[in-house]
Parts: sequence; C-alpha cells; structure tokens
Amino acid sequence: MKHRWATLWASPIIDALLPVFATLAALLVVAVMLLVLGANPLVAYAALIDGAFGSVNSLADTLVRATPLLFVGVGICIAFRGGVINIGGEGQFVAGALCATLVGLYFADGHPLLVVPLAMLAGALGGFVWGGIPGLLKAHFNVNEILSTVMMNQIAVQGMNFLLIGPMIDPIQLERASRIPQTARLSSAFDLPRLAPTRLHLGTLIAIIMAVLVYILLWRTTLGYRIRAVGLNREASRYAGINVAQHIALSLALSGALAGLAGAIQVYGVNFRMFTDGSATGFTGSAGFHGIVAALFGQLHPLGTIPAAFFFGGLLVGANKLQRAVQVPGALIVTLNGLVVVFVVSTELWRQQRTRMRAAESLAERDDAHPASPAAEVAST
Amino acid sequence: MRIEDVILGILTSGIRLATPYLYAGIGETFGQRSGVLNLGVEGQMLLGAFAAFYVVRMTGNLWLGLLVAILVGGLMGLAMAFVSVTLRAKQGISGIGFFLFGLGLSDLLFQKMLGTVQTVSGFRPVAIPLLSQIPVLGQVFFNQNLLVYGAYLMVPVAAFVLNQTTFGLKVRAVGENPEAADSLGVNVARVRYTTVTLGGMFSGLAGASLSIALLNVFQQNLTSGLGFIAVALVYFGGWRPWGVLAGALLFSMVNALQLWVQVLGLPIPSEFAVMMPYVLTIVALVVAVQRVRPPTALTKPFVREG
Repeated sequence: MKHRWATLWASPIIDALLPVFATLAALLVVAVMLLVLGANPLVAYAALIDGAFGSVNSLADTLVRATPLLFVGVGICIAFRGGVINIGGEGQFVAGALCATLVGLYFADGHPLLVVPLAMLAGALGGFVWGGIPGLLKAHFNVNEILSTVMMNQIAVQGMNFLLIGPMIDPIQLERASRIPQTARLSSAFDLPRLAPTRLHLGTLIAIIMAVLVYILLWRTTLGYRIRAVGLNREASRYAGINVAQHIALSLALSGALAGLAGAIQVYGVNFRMFTDGSATGFTGSAGFHGIVAALFGQLHPLGTIPAAFFFGGLLVGANKLQRAVQVPGALIVTLNGLVVVFVVSTELWRQQRTRMRAAESLAERDDAHPASPAAEVAST
Repeated sequence: MRIEDVILGILTSGIRLATPYLYAGIGETFGQRSGVLNLGVEGQMLLGAFAAFYVVRMTGNLWLGLLVAILVGGLMGLAMAFVSVTLRAKQGISGIGFFLFGLGLSDLLFQKMLGTVQTVSGFRPVAIPLLSQIPVLGQVFFNQNLLVYGAYLMVPVAAFVLNQTTFGLKVRAVGENPEAADSLGVNVARVRYTTVTLGGMFSGLAGASLSIALLNVFQQNLTSGLGFIAVALVYFGGWRPWGVLAGALLFSMVNALQLWVQVLGLPIPSEFAVMMPYVLTIVALVVAVQRVRPPTALTKPFVREG
C-alpha cells in the first residue's frame, strides 16, 4: 500500500501546477536580479501585487490589460494545438486595429450597433489575413512560420507607421507642426460600454466568451478535432483523409483573427483611436508576446488561459508601481516573462516522465488485480 | 550627387551592414547543423550589444567590450543548450523565452545604468595597405573596421571547420542522424552544447558589432528583428556558411539601398523602404525552402534508447 502523499505527488494535479512552480522559480531568479540591482525584492513584489490587485481601480486596470492577452493567448492555443507556432500576434493585432479603425472613421455617422460589430468583424478579418498569409506559406511552401510571422510583424508596423503619418492621420494634426502620428478620435458613440465606474469595458467580457467559444471549437466540433489531429500527427491525419495543408493554414489564420480582434477591442475599448511611436510595442503593449506567455502558462488550453491572462495582466499593471517603489524599470516584467516561458517549457520533460510513470503504475496495478484467469492457463497448456 | 557615388555608397555600407548578419548567421548555422534551432539569437545579440557598449563606455577599452559581449552571449548560449539538450524543451518556444529575456534585461540595464542614449567611439576603419589604394574596390572592401574584416574571414573558416574537420563531421552527423552518431561513440549532447554555446558567443559578437563598431550607440531594442533575420538567413543559405554569406550580402545591400532611398529623398515613403528587407526575407524563405532540405534532426531532442 502506497503512502497517500506519494499518491498525491504522482497525481495529475501536480502536473497542472507545473506552470505555477515554473513561475515561482522565475520569480525567484528575478528576486536575485533585484537584489543585485540593489532593490529589496520583498518591497518590489509587494508593490507589484498592490499595484495589480490592491484596489478596485487597479483590479479594473488589470482586467483591461488582461483582455488583449486573453484574446491573443486563446489564439495562440488554436495555433499550438494545430501544430504551428504563432509569433505574429503583434502584427495581427496591428492589422486588426487598423481595419477596425478604418471602419470607425469611414462610417463616422453610422449607428453604433451596426458600426461597432462591423469594426470588430473587420478587426478579426485583418488578423485572419495577417495570420493566414504565413499559414498558407507554411501549408503550401513549408516556410517556417516562426520566421515568417516575425517578419509579418515588422511589415505590419511599417504599414501602420505609413498610414498613421500619412493617409490616416488626424486632420487636426495636419495643421499642427508637431504632426503626432495618430488618427482622429473615433466617434464617442462607438466607445465600448463601461462595465463599472472604472476603465473596465465590455471587451473583457467578450474575451472571456471567446475563450469559452474557442474551447468548444477545439474540443466539441469536427473542425477543432481535425485541427488538433493535424497538430498531434500530420502523417496520421493525412492518412485519415484530413486536408492537412488547409487545417495548418486555418489554425494560423484563426489564431490571427483573435489577435486582430484584440486590436479592434483595444481601439474601441481603451484608446478610441490608433497611434504609433514607431514601434509595435508603443501601440500593442507587446500583447502579441505576453499573450504567448499567458497561453503557455494556461497549458495551451483556452480556459486555462483566462486566469493566466489575468495574472500576467496584473504583472504588467503592477510593474508601474514596482518601478516607483524600488526604481527598477518596468522592463523587468518582460525579463520575468521570458524566464517564465523558458521555465514552463523546461518542465515538459518532467511532465512526460510522470505520464510514463503513471502509465507503468496503472499497468502494474491492473496485473495485480486481474491475475491470468484459470481458463487462459488451461487454454495455453 | 553623382550616380557613381551613390552606388559606391550603397556598396560600402552594404558590405559593412552584412557584419552582424554574418556573425549571428554563421553561429546559428553550427547550432542548426547539429540539430538545435536557437531562436534566442535576437536576445543574445541585445545583451551582447549592451554589454559591449557599457564596458566601452566605462573603460574605453574596445577589446574588453568585445570579450565581455562574447562571454555574455556564450552564457546565454549555454543556458539555451541546457534547456534544449538536457531538459529537451521545445526549441521554438524556449528560444522566444530567451528573446524576451534578452529584450527585457537589455532594456532594464540600459535604463538603470545609462538612462539616456549615448555614443561611444567604436572600432574605426582600418585601411589595408596597398589593397585600399585600388580605385573603387579599395574603398568598398578594404577600408572597413576590424570587425567587418573578421566577419568575412569567418566564412571560409566556418566552411572549413564544418566540412573538413572531425569536429565538423561530428556536428553534421549529430544533426542528420544522432542515433548513428551516438552508436559510433560521438557524444551527441557534448557536440550540441558546444555548437549552441558557440552560436551564443557569435550572437554576442554580432550584437557588439552593432553597438561598438557600426552604430556606436545603444538603445532599447537596438537590433529590431535583425537576430530573427539572421536565423532566416541560415534557412536561406541552405545551412552552409557560403550560403549565409550570399544571404547576408543580399540583405545588407537591400538595407543599404533602403537607407540611401531615405538619404536621397526619393519619392518612396521611408516606411516602405524599411519594410523591404522583411518582405524580401519571406520571399527568400519561400525560394530557399524549395531548394535545400534542413538537417534531419533539426529541433528534435535526442534520447538514447534502452
């Protein structure tokens, strides 16, 4: 009879907690870095937590910051489950935001109930196309999607800069010498409704609904089943008659659509216009990268990504307070996220070993419980 | 401005700008030939660039800066090797983790230790006697700084090591068929550790070539995707040093052209000019992938059976 602690240790619950352990390890490494930089890690982390979750307003800010992470992260889940890696969240986010902004500027006098959904659709479509291009290149020319999506990011940023300095610039800015590269503010009638007297907006709710919908898509529909099958084994899927190329392209495109939607929501829920500082991060807040971290932390499961996005949104919001408290730049959080990614993927080996161990044990138990039947012994003699 | 001067200018800066691509691309070639895809090149470059810049800013010693950059890059490479060889983590994703780590840390240290964008006096052009006197060619090829010469020297050396030495044979064997290499007594893990650490050192050097030789500044995200392009160049170059050279030259020439388009004020929006190398990378990947087959064991961790 095994001790029950041993049973608990071998249970899948520990597997589910692996990302948490990995994150704790990353936090520990960053604590050492803080010490080296002459800051007290306890003070720093206390400020981080307080800044992220300490008040109603900071909680609302955390949710607002988590929203694009959740969209992007859920999209990342689709791509990873389909066996492709989407590093192009930044570009897809920008493409989606641009399309959505164009809709809002073009139909400036339209009815919000028509224009806003149309803008969201346009945003998703923009991301769908921007993710679909690397998807098609992967499916038909076997172009490494990691590299092509990174390149698509840079192309999107330059496209955004061109449009915001040129054709889409706010007419008011044209008359000024400063010429800040941003669009006009969209009609305030299009602003996504606030959910409370804070900055929290409807987009957060949409993000959670999308996460549930993507879960249903992946695990309860034929399309999702095929995407996952292709992700698990391309050869077997082909043998089973699944159009592998099509599903590879589709999983990247759908992944992009969610990032595009994130961009659209960012415009209509937070900024009400588009602007650029020349880089992608200026507008996206690196949601395209942090979304990957959230998805990994959520074990590439759409529902697991919900709390993960909340957690990492909190880190990003709390970083401001941390910066003020211990004079360490907020870039610390990017460093931390990098470590989280490295540590989470590093636990994979452990997970595999544990799965194998459990399989071996259950096999052994079954043999104990059902010794070969007398009939079989007779038959073999 | 005469057209000859413009062409000369493009060639001279094109030759110069190929430097970081060459260092990073050739380092990455060794890693990939042994079966490890290191996507953290960009992060390694950023940390190397910062380390070199900071040391030079503080001590004024260029060689010390270079050495520290190589050490920092090597350390990052070693970490990548540990994660992908010993822990057998998914290489595509762990590389992105190292990229974010380098991006964040270099930014953090820059803000904390420098605060503002500053400049250093980096490696200066060294005219090679006689050769630099050749009209046109002398100016283009033989009046560059030492790190530029070093990058071009690396190409034949790397090709020789990869194709003519025992070490190169081991690298290729481990990347093509680790089981067979292992059964012949090659230590797969050791070879991969060596190549990935070496790749990291070269990435650090590539970063240093930007911050203390070509641009002589450091700022947030100095490399802006250059490390990823270097990885793409390895694919484009068919996993061969000479191929990487061809790719690096193609890219740096397009980049130089792009800079001159802006200098000359041609009626092409500068954003489209900046976009060109990235579009070209995608096109190049489509073309390249059809030509050559990647190392068979690329991204596949090795587990000894039994």
